[in-house]
Amino acid sequence: MDTLDWSRGLTEMTLAFHILFATIGVGIPVFISIAEFIGIRKKDQHYLLMARRWTRGFVITVAVGVVTGTCIGLLLSLLWPQFMRFAGNVISLPLFLETFAFFFEAIFLGIYLYTWNRFSNPYIHWLITLPIVIGASASALFITMVNAFMNTPQGFTLENGRLTHLDPLAAMFNPATPSKVAHVLSSAYLTSAFVLAMIAAFAMLRGRDNEYNRKSIRLTMVTGLILAAATIWIGDSSAVFLAKAQPEKLAAAEWHFETSSKAPLVIGGRIDPETNEVSGAITIPWALSILATHDPNGTVIGLNDIPRDEWPPLYVHYLFDSMVGIGFYLLGISFLFLIMTWVKRWNAYNRWILIGILAGGPLSLLAIELGWFYAEVGRQPWILRGYMRVSDAATTNPHVGTTFWMFAALYLLLGVLCLFVLSRLFRNKPAELELEERRIIL
Amino acid sequence: MSLEQIGITVLWVFLYGYLIVASIDFGAGFYSYYGRVIGIESVIGPIISRYLSPVWEVTNVFLVFFFVGIVGFFPETAYYYGTALLVPGSIALILLAIRGSFYAFANYGARKSNLYLLAYGATGLLIPAALSTVFTISEGGYMSVDGGTVTLHMDELFFSSYSWAVVLLAMSSVLFISSTFLTYYAGHAEDKRALEWLRSFALWGGVPTIISSLFVFIALRNHNLEHFENALNIWWMFALSLVSFIIAYWLIWRRRNYGTAFIMVMLQFAFAFFGYGISHLPYLLYPYLLLSTSVTNVIMGRALVITFLLGLVLLIPALVLLLRLFLFNAKYVKGETS
Repeated sequence: MDTLDWSRGLTEMTLAFHILFATIGVGIPVFISIAEFIGIRKKDQHYLLMARRWTRGFVITVAVGVVTGTCIGLLLSLLWPQFMRFAGNVISLPLFLETFAFFFEAIFLGIYLYTWNRFSNPYIHWLITLPIVIGASASALFITMVNAFMNTPQGFTLENGRLTHLDPLAAMFNPATPSKVAHVLSSAYLTSAFVLAMIAAFAMLRGRDNEYNRKSIRLTMVTGLILAAATIWIGDSSAVFLAKAQPEKLAAAEWHFETSSKAPLVIGGRIDPETNEVSGAITIPWALSILATHDPNGTVIGLNDIPRDEWPPLYVHYLFDSMVGIGFYLLGISFLFLIMTWVKRWNAYNRWILIGILAGGPLSLLAIELGWFYAEVGRQPWILRGYMRVSDAATTNPHVGTTFWMFAALYLLLGVLCLFVLSRLFRNKPAELELEERRIIL
Repeated sequence: MSLEQIGITVLWVFLYGYLIVASIDFGAGFYSYYGRVIGIESVIGPIISRYLSPVWEVTNVFLVFFFVGIVGFFPETAYYYGTALLVPGSIALILLAIRGSFYAFANYGARKSNLYLLAYGATGLLIPAALSTVFTISEGGYMSVDGGTVTLHMDELFFSSYSWAVVLLAMSSVLFISSTFLTYYAGHAEDKRALEWLRSFALWGGVPTIISSLFVFIALRNHNLEHFENALNIWWMFALSLVSFIIAYWLIWRRRNYGTAFIMVMLQFAFAFFGYGISHLPYLLYPYLLLSTSVTNVIMGRALVITFLLGLVLLIPALVLLLRLFLFNAKYVKGETS
């Protein structure tokens, strides 16, 4: 492997590790805020305890999210110095704003953690969750703007290899921004709903069937259903956007080679690397045209219209299909659960539904990974689409290989310890014990 | 002021902020481990953790702010420093990552662990050492720029007396700043026993700080005469720094006004740090990068300055709130609130 491969590998590994924590970090404050609000409003101790317990676990994941976020922030300059030198002029504004949002969140998280019983009016403590929610979502917003810019760069003119005539706002609000930001935010909230539901479902499967866990599942599944529907809807508009602005990314995901109208949708299957012939796939006629243009006769650009050296790798098809599949699974399981709670004589908390909800946690995290890998690998070979190739941006420092292994060891250590600490935190103090301590009747 | 001057001033102020808050944090980590080793953990431990708990995350942001800001204002630095600092930068990052997450593991996790605390204490001294290499290489002489590539000569860095003087200064300053702050905090909490220990750490910590800063001057003279002469031109800043140190030391010695003493320590480092920064100019990286030629596009520069001002409108009240709730809240400091 050469320096370029190592640089790509280290960036992929860091981001893949970071986004698990970042996604949870963006979504969970929303649920903490909702639970505390319901708890205060209804004077329901169960929800108040929920907010406390979620916060306790959240802090651990935030810590790992913060440190890995610091890593990727600095690695951008360490691994891609040519890119930062070239594009730093344009993307520094959203990056700068992101640190402000992060600063804001960090301050209020510290305050929130240590003021549980400081205010006589409980709503004041709840109010502190709002800057945390805003800060977390705003940092996702700004950092996604940077990523969107790399996909559809605008807001500058290229003169003699340098960027001039900058328009920072145009760069931030580039065509890819709305669909990307919306998809990132809704999927982060959705994933957090399922991660929290997973914990309660796990406790119930272990025989701890009580009102606390039931309320937790009900809250996260109601929100989960809405969020899953929203995420799928936003995902659909992202596909429409890709068909227009980045046709090669959509075409690679769908293995769509010949530009045509009435384009069929290809699900699953295998591809021959020599001839690009697809076998064993489910093909739905017109579906790709409908998906990409909302019109069965709509024309979808195929890969053959794109120069061969600008093709993304074709394996992104599997990433895309799996992500979409998981999205529909999450919609289905939360829908099924709610139908079952609606009909009084069915037990919505039966074993199979609980297992289904439990699986939703890891699956939703997997979908986040798949989606990001698709989005990022799908714009290969570009680092700044149309302007700079990844191969021209990497560092010339020969020691990236060593650095890769150092970081690999770090992430392994953090991942294992984080799981260990989190599981011990909750095993040593199950919700039942805490309810009893706080004299809350189950 | 021109754009690049505003930019570097803003960044330098933030780096100074990081220097102070991170030193308190790093030193506190070291002292809590040292406290356990010599068996006084129960005396100084509560004071340290009461301060650190609500602010540890904020500390990190100062650093992120600085490196995002410098790439934003001076994109050229990303190329030179980014290429050269891959290895030392990665080591510092890994140490920071271990430190930050282990803090959460140890404090919010279920059990206190010796290993977590050791990692936390050791990184408190190693991180300043790793980060200070940036200052060292900014003096030039440790890297070469040849055609399209920048190379850092690790062996030269390792065997250079200047780099070791800087490392020594960084580590001793961390311990000194931290202990003077914690002395003030313990005094504020009216915790007599913790105060005695922390006061003695502060008095012991002051001596190596001053000695190592003299070393740095001497080593700088041998390493980069131009910078040394620039520093002599603003000798009064370093003199004021020394005066502030003497006042702080005297106050702590006489057990008086620990708050003023800490402000004096902040002034001591402010004068020295800004004196160093001013005399470093016009170079961002001697002799390759000039402040004036590496600045970003004017429009982006202006946007960054405006953002910065708007951001401060949001940040300052939030920081004041944080300080009032935890640092200047007598009840909290004494550990009376749950």
